[in-house]
Amino acid sequence: MKNKKSNNDSITIVTGVIGSDVHAVGNKILTFKLEEAGFNVINLGVMVDQEEYIDAALETNADAIMVSSLYGHGEIDCRGLREKCDEAGLTDIPLIVGGNLVVGKQNFEDVEKRFIDMGFTKVYPPGSDIEEGIEYLKDLLKVQKS
Amino acid sequence: MNLLTADIGSTYTKLTAINTVQEKIIATAIAFTTIETDVLEGFNKAYSKIKNIAPSFNYDKLYCCSSAAGGLKMVAIGLVPELTSKAAKLAASSAGAKVVKSYAFELSPDEQIEIQNINADLILLSGGTDGGNKEVIIQNAKRLTEIEGNFRVIVAGNKSATSEITQIFKASNKQFVITENVMPSFNKLNIEPAREKIKELFINHIIEAKGLNRLQEMSENDIIPTPLSVLMACELLSNGTSDEDGMGELVAIDIGGATTDIYSIAEGKPTVANTIIKGLPEPRSKRSVEGDLGMRYSLSSLRDEINLESLSKSAHVDMGIIDFWINRCIDRPESIAESGSAEQIIEEYLAHSAAKIAIERHVGKYDLVYTPLGETFALTGKDLTSIKTVIGIGGVIVNAMNPIDILKSVEKSPEDINYAKPIGPDYLIDKRYIFSSMGLLSKDYPSLAVKLLKGNTVKIN
Ligand code: B12
Repeated sequence: MKNKKSNNDSITIVTGVIGSDVHAVGNKILTFKLEEAGFNVINLGVMVDQEEYIDAALETNADAIMVSSLYGHGEIDCRGLREKCDEAGLTDIPLIVGGNLVVGKQNFEDVEKRFIDMGFTKVYPPGSDIEEGIEYLKDLLKVQKS
Repeated sequence: MNLLTADIGSTYTKLTAINTVQEKIIATAIAFTTIETDVLEGFNKAYSKIKNIAPSFNYDKLYCCSSAAGGLKMVAIGLVPELTSKAAKLAASSAGAKVVKSYAFELSPDEQIEIQNINADLILLSGGTDGGNKEVIIQNAKRLTEIEGNFRVIVAGNKSATSEITQIFKASNKQFVITENVMPSFNKLNIEPAREKIKELFINHIIEAKGLNRLQEMSENDIIPTPLSVLMACELLSNGTSDEDGMGELVAIDIGGATTDIYSIAEGKPTVANTIIKGLPEPRSKRSVEGDLGMRYSLSSLRDEINLESLSKSAHVDMGIIDFWINRCIDRPESIAESGSAEQIIEEYLAHSAAKIAIERHVGKYDLVYTPLGETFALTGKDLTSIKTVIGIGGVIVNAMNPIDILKSVEKSPEDINYAKPIGPDYLIDKRYIFSSMGLLSKDYPSLAVKLLKGNTVKIN
């Protein structure tokens, strides 16, 4: 992982809605909030392939990838992302995921475990507050809070 | 005012004599280029032919472009294939270079050897957005210093890496220049500064290395790479000027002995509903150059990519004849097929195939994505389906028995579900080979150039 700097400005986060998912609103809010918090955001928009997250993270030397999935197919879409990151040399990049990851209302602990087993660093349940995710990020990347 | 333009190629020198008052082409002439001895020999021979046609013609101004001595040979290097590596390749191609190969990620020892063997004039080194990854571009700078050769390096990558890269190149004896990043932020293309640098280096150094300084001394205008001049002509013909209307969006194809070049002057916006756009945005003026698709010097790689059996069956030409002709052209690039012969049929099939593969690499692709809502499309690259003007330039197409059959390879057929190729365009040819010449006039005489281009680009269907 690269050296941490003291302001959020130099922290680069790649975001996007994975798979064939077209729910665009949450992604825009997420990007807006992250930028407001001072992060450098590379927003890939909707319908993002795993490879696109990786390519973007490589070129921009990103500090974390934040994946959104809203339409219920998150589990299938996210499978293999960690392995592909490893393959591309992004060995310990944090992978954070949130949205409506699975179909219907399932026990979140089970869902969380399945995503952690897939190599995700942090998993958020439906209806999570973005602020929570931002605080977590700052903490994880040891950013000095303003 | 009398103008003379010269296009110095590897085999031919083409001259065009123009009168600006009459607004017409007085004469054109072609002679063999003699680059080994002196380009001026070919020039003088062609000029005396001009004088034979128009004895009173004396030029006031001379404009030249050149693709002699292998053209402007370049290698492009980036980090991710679809991002900075592609951006670097686009920058070099649109500067008129022959991009022999492009590389991504850290160069391997095999790739270092390959680059050494390519013996490029210039190497464009990119990688990382500004503030992004710098390890790879720094490593690649080091690897380049280990490669022997007289190439110059243009560094157009992550600005945060430039001071280290400067030290690396200074410590070695490699010539280098630094310019703006080809992709300063994610998916933002910025190829103009690198393009300018390439042009500058061509004018200041490559001209001399290619033995063109005596020609340069005769002209007050800089000699530029021929493909750059052709690209400028395409832009001019497409856009027009305030006095002379252009032809709108267009595609031009030039099949040569070493490469197949495709030019598109078009926005390339999606024409299909429910489409989302993927990948690096491409420039309105785009040139792609395929170094593995050529009628002579890269015929062996072209042969590997096409099905000659189907030619044999459809045209009733014996496979033996096909193989014999292709091998002969590889051994003796100067071979010319006789008009109306079986060899000419083979040649036109090769040209058709080269253009088909080249256009499929040039145009955007639609991928069908099944979503819970139904079908959606993702477009990567330029959608050229609505282009109505396709122009054939260069001898292979213009001299063909059936130029239209070669050009039709660019048209979208029912099997081409994915390729955003033109649908039902008009086909035209540059019948007097004036594209490279008119591009040279684009700065000083743009309206005249548009007028002459329009008058000499004729419809063939
Ligand atoms: C609008 C909408 C659509 C629109 C989208 C338009 C557009 N281009 O954006 C359309 C009509 C296209 C649509 C289609 C579908 N939709 Co819809 N849609 C919605 C709806 C009503 C609102 C979504 C929205 O914009 N919310 C507002 C934003 C601000 O909230 P958000 O998206 O949830 O994002 C927030 C959080 O989730 C969180 N967050 C998001 N990502 C991340 C990541 C991290 C790391 C963190 C920390 C937080 C976080 O922060 C965001 C901002 O606050 C929701 C129901 C709902 N009320 O949520 C259904 C909903 C998302 N859709 C649903 C479904 C099923 C579909 C379809 C499959 C329907 C179908 N059968 O055709 C299709 C799928 C299309 C596709 N390929 O993606 C389901 C998903 C069910 C599931 N996962 O179990 C929902 C929940 C409706 C439901 N209750 O059934 N939909």
